[in-house]
Amino acid sequence: MTDQTISTKPSPEAIAARSVLLGRARWGWPEIAFWAIAVALYFLMPTKLMLLSEIAILGLLALSIDLVLGFAGIVTLGQGAFFGIGAYTAGLLARYGMGEAPWSDPLLGLLISGGVAAALGFVTSFLVLRGSDLTRLMVTLGVALIVEELVNQMKWLTGGSDGLQGVMPSAVMGVWEFDLYGKTAYVYSLTVLFVLFVIARRIVKSPFGLSLLAIKGNPLRTRAIGMPVNGRLVLIYTIAAFYAGVAGGLVAQTTQFASPDYVAFHRSADALLMLVFGGAGHLYGGLIGSVIFRVMQDVLGNITPQYWQFWLGMMLVLLVLFIRGGIIGLLMKMRGRIMRNRGPSA
Amino acid sequence: MLTILFDGVAYGMLLFILAVGLCVTLGLMNFINLAHGAFAMAGGYLTITLMQRAGVPFLLCLPAAFIFSAFLGLILERTLYRHLYDKTHLDQVLFSIGLVFMAMAMVDYAYGANQQIVDLPSYLTGRLNFLGASIGVYRLFVIVICGLLALGLQLILTRTRFGSRLRAAVDDGRVARGMGIDVTSIFAVTFAVGSGLAGLGGALGTGIISFDPTFPLKYMIYFLIVISVGGTTTITGPFLASILLGVADVLGKYYVPAVGGFIIYTIMVLVLILRPQGLFARGPAR
Repeated sequence: MTDQTISTKPSPEAIAARSVLLGRARWGWPEIAFWAIAVALYFLMPTKLMLLSEIAILGLLALSIDLVLGFAGIVTLGQGAFFGIGAYTAGLLARYGMGEAPWSDPLLGLLISGGVAAALGFVTSFLVLRGSDLTRLMVTLGVALIVEELVNQMKWLTGGSDGLQGVMPSAVMGVWEFDLYGKTAYVYSLTVLFVLFVIARRIVKSPFGLSLLAIKGNPLRTRAIGMPVNGRLVLIYTIAAFYAGVAGGLVAQTTQFASPDYVAFHRSADALLMLVFGGAGHLYGGLIGSVIFRVMQDVLGNITPQYWQFWLGMMLVLLVLFIRGGIIGLLMKMRGRIMRNRGPSA
Repeated sequence: MLTILFDGVAYGMLLFILAVGLCVTLGLMNFINLAHGAFAMAGGYLTITLMQRAGVPFLLCLPAAFIFSAFLGLILERTLYRHLYDKTHLDQVLFSIGLVFMAMAMVDYAYGANQQIVDLPSYLTGRLNFLGASIGVYRLFVIVICGLLALGLQLILTRTRFGSRLRAAVDDGRVARGMGIDVTSIFAVTFAVGSGLAGLGGALGTGIISFDPTFPLKYMIYFLIVISVGGTTTITGPFLASILLGVADVLGKYYVPAVGGFIIYTIMVLVLILRPQGLFARGPAR
């Protein structure tokens, strides 16, 4: 029995696994550059801060879809439900909080929005555990439709199709008031996005994130090696709902408005498109996609206001037919080619 | 009461004609085509154009809409859709949503965002009294035409050589191919006929539902409900599902308008969870 003392030293395998995980989690210079640019934009484009803030929020919504689609492989068309729930929660808190702490405090509002969305996400996550892609698609869409219907019908609470008016969040941390130029809005949205992004990055680079990728690759085999597939899916779906809820809360606070439009089908579809434009499964895909999506919407929308949808559809068709993996996929392919060319000569 | 029931059945029949093509193509190629409504919209707007601008009689517009949409479907299938059969469901969804967006913008560009209304010929607009219920002639017309079409489709599917090939291909495409059945061309034909039926449904629908550029998105939900409840392996399943949906929708809108689409969506989600292969389908879904 004496030789069976419990060793506190990690085994060589554990050390190797640890270094692999740490290696995956290291910050590369393109990532640092990305966030540096995001901060620099505050000073470079002082007239476009509302737009930038909206991009950051859309990026967060796309990020939440990336968590379920890019990492766990769940095709969803219903993330707008959580976004909308978050928007209405934050909006109602700010409206009936009457500018009094703590209820109209923006940060607390975000937490509650995310929490309510996560609760709905947890309940509905059990519906997406089973079935094929088509079933999941229709279930997520169905949940979003039910939420949209509720928002439209509960006029006494949500203002119906007129939207929720009079959303007045108090100053962020009691110091920074929301202004017309979007200064506070952008810094606030970007900060929230960054914090949640770092957490998401931590999540997907962890062993839990790896297990999600395994589930995406092959759920049956993952179950066979003893992974609690359903539990993992419930967890990530709930987390993603939290993210979408926070994004919705942000939009209600920064624009001081919430409308049934936030729950509508095209909201979920747009966010999915942004993610796919950028490339799913890299975390940055949604962020890059939202920048491109919104900028193109601005530019093309100025040329032909109504028919931007046409170009959007066209881009989608071309994307699916020719550029798999979105922009990040394209960049990685290019990098791979350069590396290969450089390889033999070095 | 009977009148509403009758309206519901007419509406359901219409939904069946609109959605049946989608059910068969989905079962056949496992291809999620969310753009199916765009073909129906093409048929509807063709009818509106022909009648309003060229003065073509309504009854002639129906076959024209069928041929137009079928042709459109055939071209798109051969040029675009066939590249997507082996891609993931996500790609198929994105691709067909892209098509829907393009179709919506094009219709918006050509006709504007207003709802389009068609003046039906006078012999289709009256009402009949039957067993104390007042029945719209046009609804009766829709029921007769759609009923005949459903019967015809069922006969083609069960009694002809093409039908047996189609059923074999739906049951197991790989084995069917191995037996020398040309699944690809069967699919092309089915896709074209399905699109054509959607176009015909759109043309018939001009008298019942109003058309505007958001049609493909609005009715996409209904098609998906028909599929999820009816399953994709038979024609009778989607048929019963369509009638149920039509009656439930009309009854719901008439008696409890406040609840809106709530009941229908809830039923869809419930059916999907409890019976993923559809209410009337045999065997588990693939």
